[in-house]
Amino acid sequence: MIALEIGWGTTLAIKTVVVLGIVPFTALILGYVFLLKMMSHMQSRLGPMDPGGFHGWYQLIGDGIKFLQKEDITPAEADRRVFALAPAIVVLSTFLVFVVVPAGPRIAVASLDSKSMFDGVGVFYALAVSSLSVIGVLMAGWASSNKYALLGALRAAAQLIAYELPLVLAVVGVVIQAGTMSLQGIVVFQQQGSLFGWSGIGFPLILTQFAGFALFMVAAQAELTQPPFDMPVAESELVAGYMVEYTGFRFLFFFIGEFGTAFAFAALAATLFLGGWSVPWVHGTAADFLGPLVLFAKVMFVAFLMFWARFTYPRFREDQLQAIAWKWLIPIALLNILLTGVMKVAF
Amino acid sequence: MTTTDLPPPGELPEIAVDPAAFRHLADSQVNVELDTGDMVLNIGPQHPATHGTLRIVVRLDGERVVSADPIIGYMHRGYEKLTEFRTYPQITTLINRIDWLSSFANEVPFIDAAEQLMAIEAPPRAQYLRTILTELSRIATFVLFLGEMGLQVGAITPAFYGFRDREYVLNLIEAVTGGRFHPNFNRIGGIKDDLPWGWISECRGVMNKVLASCDEFDDLVVGNPIFQKRTRSIGIIPRELGAAYGVSGSNLRASGVDWDLRRDGPKYLVYDELDWQVWTHPDGDSFARYWVRLQETRESARMVLQMLDQMPSGPLMAKVPRIIKVPEGEVFVNTENPLGEMGYYVISKGATGPFRTKIRSASFSNVSILPWLLRGVYVPDIVTILASLYFILGDIDR
Repeated sequence: MIALEIGWGTTLAIKTVVVLGIVPFTALILGYVFLLKMMSHMQSRLGPMDPGGFHGWYQLIGDGIKFLQKEDITPAEADRRVFALAPAIVVLSTFLVFVVVPAGPRIAVASLDSKSMFDGVGVFYALAVSSLSVIGVLMAGWASSNKYALLGALRAAAQLIAYELPLVLAVVGVVIQAGTMSLQGIVVFQQQGSLFGWSGIGFPLILTQFAGFALFMVAAQAELTQPPFDMPVAESELVAGYMVEYTGFRFLFFFIGEFGTAFAFAALAATLFLGGWSVPWVHGTAADFLGPLVLFAKVMFVAFLMFWARFTYPRFREDQLQAIAWKWLIPIALLNILLTGVMKVAF
Repeated sequence: MTTTDLPPPGELPEIAVDPAAFRHLADSQVNVELDTGDMVLNIGPQHPATHGTLRIVVRLDGERVVSADPIIGYMHRGYEKLTEFRTYPQITTLINRIDWLSSFANEVPFIDAAEQLMAIEAPPRAQYLRTILTELSRIATFVLFLGEMGLQVGAITPAFYGFRDREYVLNLIEAVTGGRFHPNFNRIGGIKDDLPWGWISECRGVMNKVLASCDEFDDLVVGNPIFQKRTRSIGIIPRELGAAYGVSGSNLRASGVDWDLRRDGPKYLVYDELDWQVWTHPDGDSFARYWVRLQETRESARMVLQMLDQMPSGPLMAKVPRIIKVPEGEVFVNTENPLGEMGYYVISKGATGPFRTKIRSASFSNVSILPWLLRGVYVPDIVTILASLYFILGDIDR
């Protein structure tokens, strides 16, 4: 996709470095903006103010350095190899989602499109690898040989199985309407669409797929194990759930995984429903430069919605969560697909 | 205290209990064929939900509690024995630390007991100041509960609102007494000092803030559908059973028992001169306990506002001998403390200190119902039930 004349190996190296750099960076940004600052201001306090010059921006970097210095403790009873591997798998799943999200008309690490722009498997791939993290979570919980961790891991598994379905079904409507599974194709569809003949802002799919967007946000919240669905980590009952035995750098991995995945899901939502990188009235080379910025702005907006709910709502109980998924979200998602299909055929 | 010693809930003798309260227990016996053996989970003594050093050993079948045994005593400090080696004025320092969230309220019944034995009555202004400080410590305790219950259910934000309001009230208490947590301000025969300059208007402002933030809790927590789903019909204490276990205070009023020592007990402080109301809730579940405490916080703030308006002037101390020697006799004084009924049984042999003291603390009795209450609930409900009972470890172990 990149037009420069560089070799295959160099391209791969650049892409790897970009992804490896971007994931911790996005985790830092979300952690700082929302966890430290937005939450503090919602709770009538200021949060860290002193580290760094402006509003304690250095705090999370300092925390990261602190985590690097911490002793790496493996519990005596733990299954050492599995215990060590689990955080890596959680982070790996985050990295893999980032690979397909397009940040501009020609900027994507790997779009997974085969021949034409409208023939790809991006959506399928992104949803598949995003649920890979549950394997890491289960491994972490089991290998810790801690009862709290085990309870947390089993909750996480049950929760992710229940919410994978609404997540996928919510996106099916978008795929039907856009007629493609390629993320790039979905963005282009939204950019080239028109609103009652007016093509100014294109056609963001949220206008017709609002139910899908709402379902996607709810299911993503559950996938990210954020409140109101944070039973796997539930501080007040399971202390920290599956992360309870992790220290130092491995805990940092879980942190990066948590916020990096939040960013990835927000990016998916922005791409699928809000038009992704498409900028009104901007085409061609300018879109290459503005695209990433616009995508970032949209991602921050979606992430704001996610974290707003996170800091406001109490937590459901595990059985109540299952009831919501199976009794409400999945039927609504199926109905949405049916309606979308009928409209697609009718118009 | 083991659950096996208790009669099974269905066969409790002489106590008529609504069968609806046992529905959750019937559910827990469905999956007999898939029985996989129980897991023993040790909650505490260090665990965020037990706010202190309460230890609960629960046996779990999946996420469902089969039995729960509270194990107490990790914080036993022997205050009943220590009182035998101290003079009466020294003892108020100790009993401040029993229920450390509402320290001033602990002093009131003890000083009252000593005053009754010595046949002294504090002057009206001192009584008013005592009542104001007691109600302030009640507000400080309850706003913390209102926030912290949200935290235990999983919402982080209300906890900070609770601590913010508690800070306002603690600043008021500090301005009067010089101590935020342990005022040690009550004296036999009166109170140590008068209010500082400008305190009354400041207190009015804070009370209005508390009333406003109670409305905020009403919207943010009570009105939240998830909170209601998590607390309604969870941890139901039937009223007869609650009374039989000695549960007191807001926990009992949330079970529909209209009983408040401020109104129904022997006269103490100035509650009979105020216009106020006792709140009850018929349900007896965690939600009812939250709701009752929310209403009582409002009621206390209104009481403080009333007292600020009608406070008499006059002396702060009655005539008291230089060296306090309490005449021979014994007396039991119990009062309505924020956590429930707190009482001191003091036996005096005419010396400068008591011969023997028995402290009846509210949390001990409130927690004693836990083995019964926790059977058949889910793990997350343990936390909400513990939070809604609202105990202080110092008050359990003394």
